[in-house]
Amino acid sequence: MAAKFELNDDSVVVVIGSGAGGGTLSNELAQKGVKVVLLEAGGRHEIEDFSNDEWGMFSQISWLDKRTTSGSWRVAKDFSGLPAWIVKAVGGSTVHWAGASLRFQEHEFRVKSAYGDIAGANLLDWPISLAEMEPYYDRAEDKMGVTGTHGIPRLPGNNNFRVLAAGAKKLGYKDFHTGNMAINSQPRDGRGACQQIGFCFQGCKSGAKWSTLYTEIPKGETTGNMEVRPSSQALQIQHNDSGKVTGVLYADKDGNQHVQKARVVAVAGNSIESPRLLLNSASAKFPDGLANSSGQVGRNYMRHMTGSVYAIFDKPVHMHRGTTMAGIIKDEAENKPERGFVGGYEMETLSLGVPFMAAFLDPGAWGRDFSSAMEGYANMAGMWLVGEDMPQEKNAITLHATEKDQYGLPVPNVHFDDHPNDIAMREHAYKQGSAVYEAVGAVQTFRTPPYPSTHNLGTNRMSGKASDGVVNKHGQTHDIANLFISDGSQFTTGAAENPTLTIVALAIRQADYIADKMGKNEI
Amino acid sequence: MAKSVMGRRAFLATTSAAGAMVLVAGGNLVIGGNGAWAMSTKALTGDEAAMLVRMARATYPHAMLDDSIYGKVIHGLDEKASADPALLRSLQEGAAALKEKKFETLDAAGQEAVLKDIEGSAPFQTVRGECVVGIYNNPDVWKVLGYEGPSAELGGYINRGFDDIDWLQDA
Repeated sequence: MAAKFELNDDSVVVVIGSGAGGGTLSNELAQKGVKVVLLEAGGRHEIEDFSNDEWGMFSQISWLDKRTTSGSWRVAKDFSGLPAWIVKAVGGSTVHWAGASLRFQEHEFRVKSAYGDIAGANLLDWPISLAEMEPYYDRAEDKMGVTGTHGIPRLPGNNNFRVLAAGAKKLGYKDFHTGNMAINSQPRDGRGACQQIGFCFQGCKSGAKWSTLYTEIPKGETTGNMEVRPSSQALQIQHNDSGKVTGVLYADKDGNQHVQKARVVAVAGNSIESPRLLLNSASAKFPDGLANSSGQVGRNYMRHMTGSVYAIFDKPVHMHRGTTMAGIIKDEAENKPERGFVGGYEMETLSLGVPFMAAFLDPGAWGRDFSSAMEGYANMAGMWLVGEDMPQEKNAITLHATEKDQYGLPVPNVHFDDHPNDIAMREHAYKQGSAVYEAVGAVQTFRTPPYPSTHNLGTNRMSGKASDGVVNKHGQTHDIANLFISDGSQFTTGAAENPTLTIVALAIRQADYIADKMGKNEI
Repeated sequence: MAKSVMGRRAFLATTSAAGAMVLVAGGNLVIGGNGAWAMSTKALTGDEAAMLVRMARATYPHAMLDDSIYGKVIHGLDEKASADPALLRSLQEGAAALKEKKFETLDAAGQEAVLKDIEGSAPFQTVRGECVVGIYNNPDVWKVLGYEGPSAELGGYINRGFDDIDWLQDA
């Protein structure tokens, strides 16, 4: 049965955020007998509450609290109030994620060594290696049921994949398949197999896709060691005179404020809210915000190099049928500087329904050319381009000087400028993506600009030295021993791969570390 | 729905060169689609609403879509404007600007050129913003565009053609 803890129970670990990082960490700790209070800003919407309705689900689960944007990135122009497309609900962004679960490449944990100095980029090697991560990647893949690992068959390819694969083959690419997806290709772990519904981004109606909402969280609750508090927005992390954190001030669904005492606090609110919470927790002792002696909290914001290519053919494709992202070409993922940029990118199938296609194909576009493109919808195939972007110190989450949220706290501003390396990579990816489709007869291709960021990374980065970053190799803040970061904001660099598998692997690893340190009374 | 008070001759006279068959009858009524569809307005006049329906069609022109699709969006805007005087004024200004350009007499290219000139204006952006959601989130439009909408209730596509593409040489 789900536990219920007292507000003044200072023996609990308080986890803030219930997505890939926080949801996994909470369950892993609960399984080890550690008591957990999981605060989630959003509501609890179960599978039966999901609908195959793009705008309907967008309104129901997206993080729509006020945010501002700045910088030269196109998102600031197209979606000035919506820099990120993430979820505010129990399960976090694992409710709407596509399921792509890729390991980083070996060199992507040590890019400063591999790429050398890149002007304007704040590169740093991770304090951990692929070899150290491998056992945790294994556990994460097993937990999530990732296809193509642990003897789990890959998903069958849908129409959109078949077009991608045919083009890839024509172009001479070698490494393409339906991906490593945390979507059951056969029944596993009490959940059924994928029914090729589509609408992966709207919450999986069959539960075939892994989400903490209906895996980690109920499993954790069953232990009797874990309490989930939905609609509970963390406002401030509190600390004592010795500089240890002592609890979390949060607002419940009615706006009433409470303090949950804590032995340990783990922050997993995604890469905008996590640094914002540390900055909003500034005090006389920590005037620049918690865990910010390095000055790196909120900085080095990454969002992956992204873009999409859609192509119209003279015959039907029906890309909307079936799994949204089960298709990948990996040939461009390596670091081949001779292409004119460092790092690499993946090409992954992507489809949008007509409602979202109208909004995202070419934001703001109208007129006959746009309408003609929409009339080609049934004959369209699509891919998403996702690659490593360069961390830059100036790309940052900061507190807005004047704008306040519903609790009177400064809203976050998200500043991002593309690095020249990002621009060169995007250009290459657009060209190759278009070539894939042209190889199999595309009559028209579209270079679709980035959507609001789904991969938000790096704003509390991991570093070997306390002066270079916010957390150590276990996600423990350099400054405060009982304060942890448990989401993608701890990424030192972004790699080319979709981040969720790495977030989950880090959370499993962190749970082992926290339980060990608590057992030894070291935190 | 009120009855049309215009005859066929008057109706034909108002059919624009762009094929947007919108006409106005009475103070707060818009009739289109050869009389197959009509709407009444709350805040805008019928003339103004008809002009905005033309604007909507010229913004996202689809010959296969009935006026009713565009009309539904403008009907929603009229409803909002009835409780929002600033929005109403903006929409009225937009309609007036098009009237001055004799928008209804222009061909498709001419209409697009007029809209290009006012692209940055608040009324245009309001109508465009409503249209891009209102038109493309309409299941009647999905059918025309070949999008099948919700599938979970139908068991997904596992047995309904998720991989039925038949024209690829080698896939």
